[in-house]
Amino acid sequence: MSIEKFDVIVVGAGPSGNTAAYTLAKAGLKVLQIERGEYPGSKNVQGAILYADALEKVIPDFREDAPLERHVIEQRLWVLDDNSFVGTHFRSDDYNKPPYNRYTIIRAQFDKWFSTKVREAGALLICETTVDELLMDGKRCIGVRCDRKGGEVHADVVILADGVNSTLARKAGFHDELDAGNVALAVKEILFLPEEVIEARFNIKEDEGVVIELVGTVTEGMVGTGFLYTNKDSLTIGVGCMLGDFKANPQRTTPYALLDKLKRHPSIAPLIEGGEMKEYAAHLIPEGGFHAVPQVYGDGWMIVGDSGGFVNAAHREGSNLAMTTGRLAAETVIEAHAAGLPMTAKTLQAYKKRLDDSFVMKDLHKYRHMPRVLHDSPQFFTTYPTLVNRAAKNMFTVDGVDKLTKEREILGSFKAARRWRGLIADAYKLWRASR
Amino acid sequence: MIAVNVEEKLFQNRYKVDHGRPHILIKDADVCKNLCESQACTFVCPASCYKAEGNGAVSLITDGCLECGSCRVICTEHRNVAWEYPRGGHGILFKFG
Repeated sequence: MSIEKFDVIVVGAGPSGNTAAYTLAKAGLKVLQIERGEYPGSKNVQGAILYADALEKVIPDFREDAPLERHVIEQRLWVLDDNSFVGTHFRSDDYNKPPYNRYTIIRAQFDKWFSTKVREAGALLICETTVDELLMDGKRCIGVRCDRKGGEVHADVVILADGVNSTLARKAGFHDELDAGNVALAVKEILFLPEEVIEARFNIKEDEGVVIELVGTVTEGMVGTGFLYTNKDSLTIGVGCMLGDFKANPQRTTPYALLDKLKRHPSIAPLIEGGEMKEYAAHLIPEGGFHAVPQVYGDGWMIVGDSGGFVNAAHREGSNLAMTTGRLAAETVIEAHAAGLPMTAKTLQAYKKRLDDSFVMKDLHKYRHMPRVLHDSPQFFTTYPTLVNRAAKNMFTVDGVDKLTKEREILGSFKAARRWRGLIADAYKLWRASR
Repeated sequence: MIAVNVEEKLFQNRYKVDHGRPHILIKDADVCKNLCESQACTFVCPASCYKAEGNGAVSLITDGCLECGSCRVICTEHRNVAWEYPRGGHGILFKFG
C-alpha cells in the first residue's frame, strides 16, 4: 500500500462496517474497507438472528440471494430450574407470510455475502490486514496504520466498525477500557443434525425456525441468559453472563462448563441429542446500554456497531442496531461530502442527532436502568426461576392435597423467599427498568 | 461439576497460528504470581489459555485464543495483560461464527 487518500476508511467488515461501506460506496464515495480476517465473517460471532428491517433499508431485495437459514415463526422463553422449565411460546402463522421479519443466519456465510454486495457497490476491500492504530494529527484522525509494510492510508474520515473490543478508539484515547460490568461473555457451539430431525424436534416445516431464550439457575446466580436457535441443518446453543459476574463467581465456573451444564439440562438435552459439534466460539457483547455508549464521533472519526456499545440487551438485539448505526454514519458522511463540509466533530455531530432520532438511542434510553437493576438483583436469575418452577410443580402434581392449600403453599414460598416488601420492590424495579 | 475438556472443543476450530508471535502477553509474570489473588483469567478465559501452575505462577499459551478480549477486561486491578489482535489473517478462523 502506498500512501493513498480515500474519502472514507471503514475498519471492520461485520454488520455495521458492511452497511456503512455499502451505503457510502453506493453514493459514489471512494471507500477503503479493511478487515483482519481471512475473509469477512471469519472473525465474527453472533447467535445469530438477522432482523430483516435494518437490512431492507439498505438492500431491499436481500432475500433473493442472502444465505438465510430459517425464518423464525416461534419465539420461546424458558425459565429454568435444575430439572424443569416454565415457558411461554409465541407462535404465529402470520410469521409464515412473506416478507419474513427475522431469520436465523450463520455469520461467516452471511458476512461473506454482504461483503460481495459492498464490493459490487464499489468499495475496495482489503482482508488479512489488522489496523494497528489511527493516524492522528493532533486531535484530528487522518487515516490508519495497518500491519503491512508501508501500511499508512489516509482518508477524510475513518469509521470504526472494529467490534466490541473497540481497540482503535481505546488506543487513541477516545474512551477508556471496557468495564467488566458492562459486557457479557458468551460462548456457543454449533451442532449439526439432519434437517428432518430438527423439524421433527421443534415441530416446524422446511425453512421454519424456532428460537428459545433461556434464563434461570443454569447461570448460577450470574446475570445472564442462554439461547438455542434452529438453523437449516444445525443448532446453535450458547450461554452468556456478565463478565464481571464470571470473575466474581465464587464457584469459579468456566464458561464452557456452564455451556455443558446447559446442554445436559433435562429439558434441553433431548433437543440437541446426537448433534455433531463443529465449532466452539466465544465473544463479548456490550450490554452496558445507554450509559455505556461512549463519545461516538470526533474530528475525522466515527464509531458504529458493537464498538460503540449499540446493543439492546433487554431484547437481544444488536446486529440491527449495528446495521442502523452503520447506515446513519454513512448518511451523515454522504451529506457532509455533498455539501463540501470538512469532516470535523462539528460536522459529524449530525450523526449523534440521527442516532438520537432513531430507534437505536430511543430503545437504549428506554432501558437505561436495566443493566444496573439486573446487576443489583440476582434474585431474577435464581430465586424466581426456582420459585416459579416449584409453584408449577406443586400445582400440577395431583397428590390428594386440595388446591387452596397448594395456593397458600405457593404464596408462602414466594413470601418466605422475598417478603412482601421484596416482591413489591422487585415488581417495581422491573417496571422501572423497562421504561 | 463434571470436568469439561475444552481442548476437545477447540480441536473443532480452525486456526492459523502465528508461530513465535503471540498476540497477547503477560506484562509481568511476578504480578500474577505474587500480587493477584483471584487469578480469574485461569477460569474466565473461554479457551483456557491461562493456566494456574503449581508454583503459583500463571502461564499463557495463545494458540487456542478465541479473541474475545475477556482476559484484558477482567485484569482490572493490575492491568497486566498486553492485548492485541493477531496479525492480519492469523488467529481463529471461524467457519460458522
